[in-house]
Amino acid sequence: MPNFVSSAGVDALSGFPGPSRPKGGGAVRLDAAELAALSKTREARWRPQLADQPLHSEVFADTGNASGAGLALALARDALKVAAQHHDPLAEAEDRLQVLWVQDARAIRRGGRVYYHGLPPELRHRLIHVEAKTPEDALFALEEGLRCRDLACVIGEIVGNPRTLDFTASRRLSLAAEQHGVPLWLVRLEAQPDLSSARMRWRVEAAPSATPRWNADAPGMPSWKAELFRARSYAPGEWILSNDNGRLQARRPHASTAANTQGSAAQNSGDLVRPTFGRSLAASARA
Amino acid sequence: MNDAGQAAGGRPGMMLADARALCPAIQTAPADPAGDLAFLEKLALWSQRWGPWSALDPPDGVLVDISAAAHLFGGEARLLADVEAAFGRRKLAVRTAIAPTAGAAWALAHFGPLRAILCPQDNALQRLSSLPVAALRLDEDVITVLRRLGLKHLGNLSGVVTGLADRSEAAARDALHRRFRNRKSPAANPLVRLDQLLGKVPEPLLPVVPQETPLVQRRLMEPIRHRTLLDTVIGDLAVEMARELEGRGEGARRLEIGLWRVDGEVLVRKLELAAATREAAHITRLFTTKLDDIDAGFGIETVRLRASWAEPLALAQGDIDAAAERHGTSLNACIDRLTVRLGEKAVRRPVPHASHLPERAQRWQPPLELEPASQGVLEFQQRPLKLFDKPEEIAVLYASPDGFPRRFRWRGDVHEVARVEGPERIAPEWWRARSTTRLRDYYRIEDETGRRYWIYRHGLADDGRGGAPQWYLHGLCA
Repeated sequence: MPNFVSSAGVDALSGFPGPSRPKGGGAVRLDAAELAALSKTREARWRPQLADQPLHSEVFADTGNASGAGLALALARDALKVAAQHHDPLAEAEDRLQVLWVQDARAIRRGGRVYYHGLPPELRHRLIHVEAKTPEDALFALEEGLRCRDLACVIGEIVGNPRTLDFTASRRLSLAAEQHGVPLWLVRLEAQPDLSSARMRWRVEAAPSATPRWNADAPGMPSWKAELFRARSYAPGEWILSNDNGRLQARRPHASTAANTQGSAAQNSGDLVRPTFGRSLAASARA
Repeated sequence: MNDAGQAAGGRPGMMLADARALCPAIQTAPADPAGDLAFLEKLALWSQRWGPWSALDPPDGVLVDISAAAHLFGGEARLLADVEAAFGRRKLAVRTAIAPTAGAAWALAHFGPLRAILCPQDNALQRLSSLPVAALRLDEDVITVLRRLGLKHLGNLSGVVTGLADRSEAAARDALHRRFRNRKSPAANPLVRLDQLLGKVPEPLLPVVPQETPLVQRRLMEPIRHRTLLDTVIGDLAVEMARELEGRGEGARRLEIGLWRVDGEVLVRKLELAAATREAAHITRLFTTKLDDIDAGFGIETVRLRASWAEPLALAQGDIDAAAERHGTSLNACIDRLTVRLGEKAVRRPVPHASHLPERAQRWQPPLELEPASQGVLEFQQRPLKLFDKPEEIAVLYASPDGFPRRFRWRGDVHEVARVEGPERIAPEWWRARSTTRLRDYYRIEDETGRRYWIYRHGLADDGRGGAPQWYLHGLCA
């Protein structure tokens, strides 16, 4: 069964312990055995610091707390860190690239504006904030940001399900992100998960934070209960994510008793949700 | 008329026969005003050796701006000596003066002592008070009027203008104001001239080497009324402008497009760019969004594009291969597109500001400007990821008035406080705020489901600055 993978896909695949791919441009033909092996690796679980970072993700959250923006920021930092490891020495230094943060007016009114001193230190000096009056303007700004080669990533916040943000608009965003290689995290506040072409879709709410070491009564490192309910190449699942000094940590929910045992990381890949086996072909041939 | 001629009795305006009768040895030459002006222009250019900027002062003067240049010649006195020596070598008689304003320099050069230097810290009126009113560069009839009024020296005028002494001088100033009320031209109004002399009003001077702005235009044979044609014309103009700018090694920061309509109207649209550019496609694209509200009327007959602000921009290598095209726009182009569609205020960068009040501790500035230098922030103060523009009022249940909050209601939901840290007391800025401004006690809290907030109590119960303290929710922690 012939199948084609673009060169960008091959680069992304090369981070996997799957069958080795010849590097370089042009289409690559996969035979059936390779395809089966690939689909097996592709049914793997999502975990932090994956080499194959999606370029268009959506995070569904409530406006009453900042967990949506917090998770988007944590995922973005995780992706930027991975990108810095696979860094091309000839390219411009990744940590000089700017980050675009787009908020529409309702998101600012309901959820507040980005605050300089609350941002992680490595992002403070390179954030450009766009205040869009309407969702149309916000989508325009997101797309312009995705077409810009000098941006490290784009984070957007849009409230509700505006009519302009339909499948066509999200497909445009996906295509722009994948054409130019600029990742997008779109925080959908108080929105229904309608039709979208996002590669990964998260639903997030706040989770009680871990107890800090010195003051047990104080709030600790932020953590979120994040559910990956739709992903193109990963099985869905649910994690408690937390951000420990810029490192994204994931653990399974209801696994707090097993968390202190050694080797729990291996157990963490035990499934709570049935993996989707029927989608392997579509998932692996990520054109 | 030179000094020897004047000594022999000659006067300007005298008949040649009378002059010959007074002094038979007199030498004459036909007047050549145009040649004199051309020579003066060359002289003004040559005078730029003493300063970067010079202007003509016809019929016989040159103004040179020597700001921050005098030290190159060893001070102002030596600069004047150098000027006289240089003019002497060219066999030209010259009177020189240095003053903070062009008017004062003119007055000193024409009527003051030789090689006069007026320092900025001198009292200009006092130094110039002995000069005649003709030193104000006034028209002949105005000087006559002033002389008839008995105002012969600048000293007479000075008290009038500053209104120093008593009521009679204030009345005199009013009278002078009224007399020259309708004289708008500076040369006809001694009060304006005196203000220019003292530097109270600006005096624009035309530099001898004008700054040329790049300009391209199209005169259309047929007036155009349709948008597609206009876009084509603008695209052509942008290409031409890019070529013009490239020849100068510059890039445009501000562009103005003028559309001359057949019925006499002129429509002007301006465009500011985040960084110098000369990409024709980019310019065209930005203008097409600006021209949506253009009303062509009976047609547009002339289109002109002008770069009123250009900055040096080095020649850059074009994209070598087609792969670079896929990489998308540059940051400057992206910001231009965003600001053109969303407005200046919409695209900004947060920068720190020296203040301990949370909402004042960040400011917004255009995205491509340099971040101002600032003191490092204290890392032990944890701040929320997002801050509300206006803190939202909440109802809080607490055990004791200055104790920890136990439960609060915000936007209709009741939150049980599970963990709390605080208070962090932030006092008002007493050097800015009124004395009745209340302090704030900030608490970082987490409710039973893990949502984290930053709330504060506004004031204390017994601080005497209002009633019971209010509680506000100021930010959302990640």
